[in-house]
Amino acid sequence: MNIRFKRPVLLFALMTLAVTAQAQAGGLSSAMLTALFAVALLILLVVILLVSDIFMGEEARRTGADKTGENYSLFPRLSEITRPRAAGYTNGASVTHLKRGHDILLEGEAKKVLGEARVNTVAVSPRDFVGMSPIPKVLVAKDDEVKAGDILFFDKKRPEIKYASPVSGQVVDIVRGEKRAIDKIVILVDKEQKYTEREIPNVNGFASREDLVNYLTESGVWAFIRQRPYELVADPADVPRDIFVSTFDSAPLAPDLNFVLGKNATAFQRGLNVLAKLTDGKVHLGLNAGAEGAPNLAFTRAENVEKHWFKGPHPAGNVGIQIHHTAPINKGEVVWTVNAQDVAIIGNLFVTGQYKAERTIAVTGAEVRDPKYYRVPLGANVEDILKNNILTERKTRTVAGDVLTGTQIENDGYLGFFDDQITVLHENDEYELFGWLNPVAVRPSVSSTFPGSAFTDIKYRAETNTHGEPRALVVTGQYEKVLPMDVYPQHIVKAILANDFDRMEGLGIYELAPEDVALCEFACTSKTNVQEILRKGLETLREQG
Amino acid sequence: MSKFLDFVKKFEPPKEKRMLHTLYDGFFTFAYAPNHVTRKSGGVHIRDGMDLKRTMFIVVQAMALCYIFGMYNIGHQHYAALGMHDGFLAGFLTKLLYGALQILPIFIVSNVVGLGIEFFYAAKKGHAIEEGYLVSGALIPLIMPPDIPLWMLAIAIAFAVIIGKEAFGGTGMNVLNIALLARVFVFFAYPGDISGDFCWVAYDYNWLHQIFGMKGATMAALGIEAIPEGMTFSKYVLANTPDGWTGATPLALAAKEGWGAVQNYYTNAQMFWGAIPGSIGETCKPIILIGAAILLALRIASWRIMLSMFIGAALTAILMNLVGGFHVFMAVPWQYHFWMGSFFFAMAFMATDPVTAASTPTGKLIYGFMIGVVGMIVRVLNPAYPEGWMLAILFMNVFAPLIDHYVLEANISKRLKRVSQ
Repeated sequence: MNIRFKRPVLLFALMTLAVTAQAQAGGLSSAMLTALFAVALLILLVVILLVSDIFMGEEARRTGADKTGENYSLFPRLSEITRPRAAGYTNGASVTHLKRGHDILLEGEAKKVLGEARVNTVAVSPRDFVGMSPIPKVLVAKDDEVKAGDILFFDKKRPEIKYASPVSGQVVDIVRGEKRAIDKIVILVDKEQKYTEREIPNVNGFASREDLVNYLTESGVWAFIRQRPYELVADPADVPRDIFVSTFDSAPLAPDLNFVLGKNATAFQRGLNVLAKLTDGKVHLGLNAGAEGAPNLAFTRAENVEKHWFKGPHPAGNVGIQIHHTAPINKGEVVWTVNAQDVAIIGNLFVTGQYKAERTIAVTGAEVRDPKYYRVPLGANVEDILKNNILTERKTRTVAGDVLTGTQIENDGYLGFFDDQITVLHENDEYELFGWLNPVAVRPSVSSTFPGSAFTDIKYRAETNTHGEPRALVVTGQYEKVLPMDVYPQHIVKAILANDFDRMEGLGIYELAPEDVALCEFACTSKTNVQEILRKGLETLREQG
Repeated sequence: MSKFLDFVKKFEPPKEKRMLHTLYDGFFTFAYAPNHVTRKSGGVHIRDGMDLKRTMFIVVQAMALCYIFGMYNIGHQHYAALGMHDGFLAGFLTKLLYGALQILPIFIVSNVVGLGIEFFYAAKKGHAIEEGYLVSGALIPLIMPPDIPLWMLAIAIAFAVIIGKEAFGGTGMNVLNIALLARVFVFFAYPGDISGDFCWVAYDYNWLHQIFGMKGATMAALGIEAIPEGMTFSKYVLANTPDGWTGATPLALAAKEGWGAVQNYYTNAQMFWGAIPGSIGETCKPIILIGAAILLALRIASWRIMLSMFIGAALTAILMNLVGGFHVFMAVPWQYHFWMGSFFFAMAFMATDPVTAASTPTGKLIYGFMIGVVGMIVRVLNPAYPEGWMLAILFMNVFAPLIDHYVLEANISKRLKRVSQ
């Protein structure tokens, strides 16, 4: 158990200044008195600390918790202080230390075991893609048989980008929503998967970059490549300045990509090679220097890329943060990002010639009976995974994605195109008597007013209560504390609300995606919907062109 | 517990009765944290346990000790002016009771007027009652002189809340600090009552004191048969104060006659511990520093503002010492400046108000520093009024958006430079 050392230093500085000033002011006797008082106070504090330290040690011995070799003392051991700051596995590479941010520790982390689940249906939803027109051109009809890799639909505004079926099977439904917009295309999964036949291409065998781009768009893997700013699916006509891949996800309960990627190193490397062909700049790989163990060899031994090590709390794993600290996006520039698992899907196309759109997803959350990993196709139906796997004592909410950026789905709903996680948490719609007053409530918070903030390893049960009503922005500096970037998120929010385009651009809105400010939204005392506001701002800028 | 909730819910007035519903909602959300849940998509699914009510309440808690000491000090100064209960702790309960009965009406008027206006505007605009006034309502009594007439207080608060806050759109939108605006209103509208040497001690007895028979007891103890014709009780007391007693604050003495004069009347310990005349909550330094410590440890208030304000004030005072000579006040050794007046109170509770302070980290450093500098200039170089923090903070409140503007401009131009490289 580790106690976080706070900023009492400053406090003491102020106090000491006060005391010295007093001492100078009052001659010997009153200075003596004040000094005595200060010393007495200090002794009292030390005694309290020592006594609690003894009690904690005693408690650890009684419960046998000290057998693990963990430090149960209030004070750090000498070895903890002298421990090298950078992990050994970085091999002396320079590490970007991100101080700002916050890890929300939640119960229900997925065990590193692969579970068995049969996915009967999958759905592909055009709504998962930013900026897609509501009614794309659908190339399949109900009851059609499709193979994995067959094209399902494309956007009429950008017909060159094709969206493929992740599985082979029968189209059982094309669900339409409001104003006949396509909500999702549902496919019944075949027992034996059939793939669209393609020759196994050679990365270096394409005559031109254009041919490679055409191959990628026709085969359906192009949709995995997204651009910043705006998080749109990348424009095949663009040549990006750089391409960024983050190899770790720092969001609450996020899947461990080292485990998820497993032994897929070949496909991953192939994918990186493909990406390297698409940019004039470099492919940047963000690695985690903050973990206990070294990252997957697929990441540390990756070639054809530039590696960057990052260490710090969430959102250090967000690709947006890594871009900012590697080579920030300026106005007019475009960079592309791909998720690590999707790099492997692209790479697999170049290993086997098949569009095998599968991901290992983490099923997490305190309300899940047995949180672990599953290997499922994109857009999988979650019914079979969650059946009999959710605790029934409380009302629950199922989220596709993590608790900061995910979308609520039904317990028999579908994952989104980019989701690699399911989180089930407590839907807490109950009133709490004097909730704002309760000093000992155990709940996740960035503020130090909850006693849990003194400990760095308390895990919380996530629940959906807002713990307060929306208010005007009052507290300042809160967003900046959880966003390790040289931007002023609160002022960007204000610029967006005021529709001030110059300000938004000037303050660096292009460097942000909603997921980067999710933690600001979590921390906001005034319960502002920061992600929604940012999305609106980006949307307006995109429409303005 | 849920039965009680159902019982309370029965009293919920219909939404059409806006006034009643706002009132009910205000009290209901005070008692119960709402049952709202996060949205289904496009936002976070979990929220921090912190909300504005909690933030504000912690600030109020940090001030609680100031109330207790302020209460006692009112009583102590009152009896000191009468020449009764000489020691600081002599007549403990009497002093405490006198102070409590003196501060209670001030506190009630402050909150009834302020919250009343807030309720009215919330109902009119159809939004929930915001918590901003919780802190203002607790701060205002602490920065008022102990014998402020209640009607004056009510007018000042009405002015501050309506013109200073509601006109700008309510909590979070105000440019000027509400509590200081109320203070500055009293100061400029009724200068006779809030400046000079005679307003910092409560001399008279209000009707609450009389219910407890305190006036009679005092008159009996002093052997006063009756107050002479044409004289009020307070005038009588002032005419008969014991030798070596003054109602003037250390600052007033320092401004007129320099540090020597202060030392004639007050010891350093007295000033440090706060047994001096002054505004209700500003006198006891250790207790204010404990409040500041709470705010800093819980990271409610900005350490940047506090630290830079201290540095700004200290440097200015040192500079004045070095220049010296033009005025006795300038020669007061710099460290003593923190013992007199309300520096620490202004630093801990006034300058750190997040709404009216600068909002960028760098901006906060500049903002705090400038308050320190300007406040010290107003305090020492201004002939009329020997305290500077109120005016300095209000002045810098106005400049805070400008400071932020330049900090943001620097960020913007840094970004532009990146492009041109």
